[in-house]
Amino acid sequence: MKKTVFLGALTVAGLTAGVAGAATLDDIKARGKLNCGVTTGLVGFAAPDANGEWQGFDVAVCRAVAAAVLGDASAVEFVPTTGKTRFTALSSGEIDLLARNTTWTLSRDVDLKNEFIGVNYYDGQGFMVSKSLGVSSAKELNGATVCIQTGTTTELNLADFFRANDMEYEPVPIETNAEGQQQYLAGACDTYTTDASGLAATRATFENPTEHVILPEIISKEPLGPLVRHGDQEWGDIVRWTLNALIAAEEFGITSANIQDMASNGTDSPEVNRILGTEGNLGEMLGLEADWAVKAISAGGNYGELFEKHIGENTPVGLARGLNAQWKDGGLLYSPPFR
Amino acid sequence: MTTYTDPPKESFRLSMLLYDTRYRSMTIQIIALMGFMLLAAWLINNTIQNLAALGKPIQFGFFTDAAGYDINQHLLEYDNQDTHLRASFIGLINTLIVAAMGCVTATIIGVMVGVLRLSRNWLVAKIMTVYVEMFRNIPVLLWIVLSMAILIESLPMPSAFRGEDPAATMKIFDSVALTNRGFYVPEPLFSRSLGDIHLFGQSSLRMDVSLDFLAFLIVLGLSIFAARKVTARAEAIQNATGVRPTTWYINLGIIVIPTMILLIALGFHLGYPELKGFNFSGGIYMRNSLIALWLALSLYTAAFIAEIVRGGILAISHGQTEAAAALGLRQGRIMRLVVLPQALRVIVPPLISQYLNLTKNSSLAIAVGYFDITGTLGGVTMNQTGREMECMLFLMLIYLIISLLISGVMNLYNNRVKLVER
Repeated sequence: MKKTVFLGALTVAGLTAGVAGAATLDDIKARGKLNCGVTTGLVGFAAPDANGEWQGFDVAVCRAVAAAVLGDASAVEFVPTTGKTRFTALSSGEIDLLARNTTWTLSRDVDLKNEFIGVNYYDGQGFMVSKSLGVSSAKELNGATVCIQTGTTTELNLADFFRANDMEYEPVPIETNAEGQQQYLAGACDTYTTDASGLAATRATFENPTEHVILPEIISKEPLGPLVRHGDQEWGDIVRWTLNALIAAEEFGITSANIQDMASNGTDSPEVNRILGTEGNLGEMLGLEADWAVKAISAGGNYGELFEKHIGENTPVGLARGLNAQWKDGGLLYSPPFR
Repeated sequence: MTTYTDPPKESFRLSMLLYDTRYRSMTIQIIALMGFMLLAAWLINNTIQNLAALGKPIQFGFFTDAAGYDINQHLLEYDNQDTHLRASFIGLINTLIVAAMGCVTATIIGVMVGVLRLSRNWLVAKIMTVYVEMFRNIPVLLWIVLSMAILIESLPMPSAFRGEDPAATMKIFDSVALTNRGFYVPEPLFSRSLGDIHLFGQSSLRMDVSLDFLAFLIVLGLSIFAARKVTARAEAIQNATGVRPTTWYINLGIIVIPTMILLIALGFHLGYPELKGFNFSGGIYMRNSLIALWLALSLYTAAFIAEIVRGGILAISHGQTEAAAALGLRQGRIMRLVVLPQALRVIVPPLISQYLNLTKNSSLAIAVGYFDITGTLGGVTMNQTGREMECMLFLMLIYLIISLLISGVMNLYNNRVKLVER
């Protein structure tokens, strides 16, 4: 008899625990803040500026989502995560959204129970070396000591690359980008490898950036994107379409400068009107207000504006659009229709 | 006439569980135990349910998948196509290496500092006080990071050894290279090697054991055993006649000559490191991550051990020292023959927990990029497979086993040095 009661109590406890933890949107609204996981500091993508405000390309995604959901782009609690802690932070519910240049892979999507909601930067893994080393190709790195961020896909790509080319290397595992930078600059490793965008961002902070080159070989595909927990599709939809809105806004020429004008006066383009919520009920379908996309785009601008502001050619990071141009310009950015 | 009446036979009533002092404490304990077990069961069940709801039920199948990542320091053969279990095992070996090295050096430094802190020389005693207070009052993580930073920033890069007029040169007859990536020292090689024996077949625990090394150990062990016999005989003669025969040259011969013969027979020679490509090759490569971790852990734990040793020595009453001095023993002998043997029984129990601390502190290794078991199993493997719960449970189990083994062995030792009471 006692045993039955015991087991019954256990089942009840288990069931109640299982039910809690859905409906991320309600949690965020109740909290009044979006918890967003970012890097511990990578200039251009996510790093605090001189005033302690988080700035960067990934940070902009968090702000856009916060603006769409809460109407306030500053209602974000940024949680710095390392390559190792990021997925645990997401699956434990510590953060609602992870925007931390994370590569979309099958196992992370399926086995780690995450939901990648799109790609905000198409990247590939590269190598940075000091010019004085006289190396011009990654194929010449046989026997080199390589600094590598542990807990990343780059770690596995590196092993694959050296195995495929029948070369030896000495890995020096590091936890954060700052440590990698210190070891690389002190010459404790010959080369530093991570996503090419990350290398460019790191190099931008060097005292003499011109003394270092990024080797031409890109050894992997690294589609970097924001992700959410598996199991709350509604929340995943909101983040996915916020990112799509930023991309579509660039495609249709909606900028932070003209968006208020467009939204109040209406335009001739039905799709632009649907994005801006003056036509149709797309916001309602997502469970948001009609002008959700207006708020998201006003938060920092459209995709192109964000790119130019944080990592574009006129910034110290100095990345070209390349693969990250709109599909009309020969890039890979292609938002599904707003309909 | 007296009549005995049996005390009235009380039948057991349920209320006695609460009101009878004979049963009350037991009742309370049982209820508390049940409450505790319920809480534990609730926690475990909740975890399992939540993991299942997340679609990640607890399973250990991932251990047999290919790890896919490389480990820089591996004493046993390993490549990135080996399993996660193998990678964890390599990490475990690395943990044991740094823990064993750390325990030995921490003990040596600790005993020296502890004795010197009691020195009558004011300067020496004060320097040791400063050392102890510095090291035990600053978190060990900072010492680890600091040692690494010093190694990286102060030593030359391997490329500084290159060229006609290199900025840096190798030390000790061109045999040792100190670089900011680690130390390269000569390695022992055997031209007429006996080969290796392969243990555990193809499993994840497979290892090659060098027969040369085994032979060396056996010969050395036998020599030491023989030397002890000689010493025991000298003791017996001294006890019988009062004259101690000189034995040190016999012992030296017994220990050195057979080992030398073995080494010559195996064709012993040294392999020197030399600069090749980006790095040195050949020789034994001690990575700066290992050195930084070893150094920091040893110095940090030695500060605690020094205090334990000092406490142990002070616990021996001054009368013992005076009595020994009255018998005409010299300072060194008083310490070695009278004070330390008695102090050991005070020293050893807290020493065990310092060894355990050092071993557990070695899990900070990843701060300097040393691949210990926390770095492999609790780091990369956990991250690449997403099996946090399984990896953490396994990791905790391993640390528990290591700690229990250490305290088991040390307790054996403790029983041997315990004061034998008559």
